[in-house]
Amino acid sequence: MGSTPVIALENVRKIYPLPSGDVHALDGVSLAIEKGEFVAIMGSSGSGKSTLMNQIGCLDVPTEGTVRIEGQDIGQLSDYDLTALRRDSIGYIFQKFNLIPLLTAFENVEYPWLLRQRRYDDTGRVQHLLDQVGIDAALAAHRPSELSGGQQQRVAVARALVNEPAILLCDEPTGNLDSKTSTQIMEMLAALNHEGRTVIMVTHDAATAEYADRTILIQDGRIA
Amino acid sequence: MKKPDIIFRLSLRSVRLNLLRSVLAALGIVIGVVAIASIGMISANMTLSVAEELSATANVLVVKPDTGSGDSGFGRESESNDDEDDYLTNDQFNDIRKAAGSSYVYYLYSESDDIETGSTSGRATIYAMDDEAMKDILSLAEGSFPSTTSQVVVGPDFVERYDIEVGSKITIGDEDDEEGEVTVRVTGILEERGMSMDISSDNAIITAEKFFTGRYGGEDEYTQVNVVVDDINDIDAITESIDESLNRKDDEVQIQDSSRMLNTISSTLGTLTSFALAIAGISLLVAAVSIFNVMMMSVTERIREIGILRSIGTQKDEILRMFVYEAAIIGIVGAGIGAVLSLLIGYVVVFGMVGTTEYFFAWDSLANVPEGMIVGAVICVISGVYPAWRASNLDPIEALRAE
Repeated sequence: MGSTPVIALENVRKIYPLPSGDVHALDGVSLAIEKGEFVAIMGSSGSGKSTLMNQIGCLDVPTEGTVRIEGQDIGQLSDYDLTALRRDSIGYIFQKFNLIPLLTAFENVEYPWLLRQRRYDDTGRVQHLLDQVGIDAALAAHRPSELSGGQQQRVAVARALVNEPAILLCDEPTGNLDSKTSTQIMEMLAALNHEGRTVIMVTHDAATAEYADRTILIQDGRIA
Repeated sequence: MKKPDIIFRLSLRSVRLNLLRSVLAALGIVIGVVAIASIGMISANMTLSVAEELSATANVLVVKPDTGSGDSGFGRESESNDDEDDYLTNDQFNDIRKAAGSSYVYYLYSESDDIETGSTSGRATIYAMDDEAMKDILSLAEGSFPSTTSQVVVGPDFVERYDIEVGSKITIGDEDDEEGEVTVRVTGILEERGMSMDISSDNAIITAEKFFTGRYGGEDEYTQVNVVVDDINDIDAITESIDESLNRKDDEVQIQDSSRMLNTISSTLGTLTSFALAIAGISLLVAAVSIFNVMMMSVTERIREIGILRSIGTQKDEILRMFVYEAAIIGIVGAGIGAVLSLLIGYVVVFGMVGTTEYFFAWDSLANVPEGMIVGAVICVISGVYPAWRASNLDPIEALRAE
């Protein structure tokens, strides 16, 4: 018997009740992702891939079925525990970078660490991560608005890693970047996967999906 | 150095980033705190000032005829009542003297009449008392006490009002009146006595007894009798003794001490203060609406940021705290500035309205500043609670979608 999958979905349905009729955003999705896998999720707009990402990312719970993240059934968790699971087990990388505009690059990376550790970083870990993604201390003192798109996404990668999450969840990570920077970011993600991290990535781009070990295609709320 | 909580830092930066908006919101609190604290200070200073002035005559009992009109308060000397009981007789005076033991007891006549000095005319209170009592009770700043019926002494406020000096002439009465007019000469100016219940000499003319009874009649018909008690602790016993002696059959006299007058003044001031504070409270209400508005704008503008914060693991209560902190920062800064300004403005206003800043630094007066601050800051935080609650309950998915 193999090890427990880090992500396991069993017959997951997500139904949005609307006056015009229920929308089945996910319609019986079952999926298992093992630790250390690099999985690309592809699908057209409205196929249900964002809904699937929200389930895996613990931002939402299923209407039916179960979603287990590191063995925990997220449907049974309180908002507090779900939030803690997002903080501790999932590192998000968004298409629009989603850095906190009020904080510097350094503080953006430090923020999830503070939420978890309740103390400031005195180990040098934050700057070490920033160095790894190519952001030096001088650049790290800048606000996100003072950085280029590529630099912001690098900071976002460092932020996603700071709490050593089991899963890196990337939503169109290269969607707002030029091709050169896209390649750099994808190589960075591939390298992280080689180090043993589980990477789940939603993408439109077939070239980007080639970095993944496995591609899952979503169509009309089902795995095609 | 210990760094502040990251949630607090986020709030602080949000305030700094929207500095103008935050300052304008805080301005409402500043005005509210200044209004509340200043009004409180004016009231406290007035009360303290009156209490202090009255305490100078705290050992004085004023006995007046009981005209059956209940609490007569003070300032009755200008009243003209035809009731036969609106004066005290010499017998009553002697009874009071007996009942008061070793206390100094003197009688006072008082009347109000038209006066004219040079080109200025008006109406003034005219007192008369026994020559001995005049010397014992009143102090001269300059000149001498009257030695003939055509001589008078006057109070310092009277001097200022009518611009006169020792040697000036005052015409009392009107030639069309029954009493006719008579001219007297000022021989002395009294020292200031301040507010007191026994005799308000600062703005009055004090004449010799013979002049008064000669002009207005009513010899041995005193307006009031004042009892200066040796030991202030005996005041209740002497009050009781006079009451027993004179009011045994009928209520002949009313006995008043300064505490009663102080109570009346304090109660009146209290009512006025409450009214003024209610008006000042409206400015705080406006401030509260302004803070609420600013906080709602802050939440709306930062929906996406809230979505990011929630998605990377910020708990609801931390989001709530972030916005409450923001309101608290605005409130505390506003209240702090308000406190400093209320000290400055309060000082000027107290000086202008009360006439002295002697009691400005008394605790009763200064306590209004922290009180105003606390009220201002608390109102600010309360105004921020609903916006903060709304922010913390946003759906992270919806919030992340916001542009």
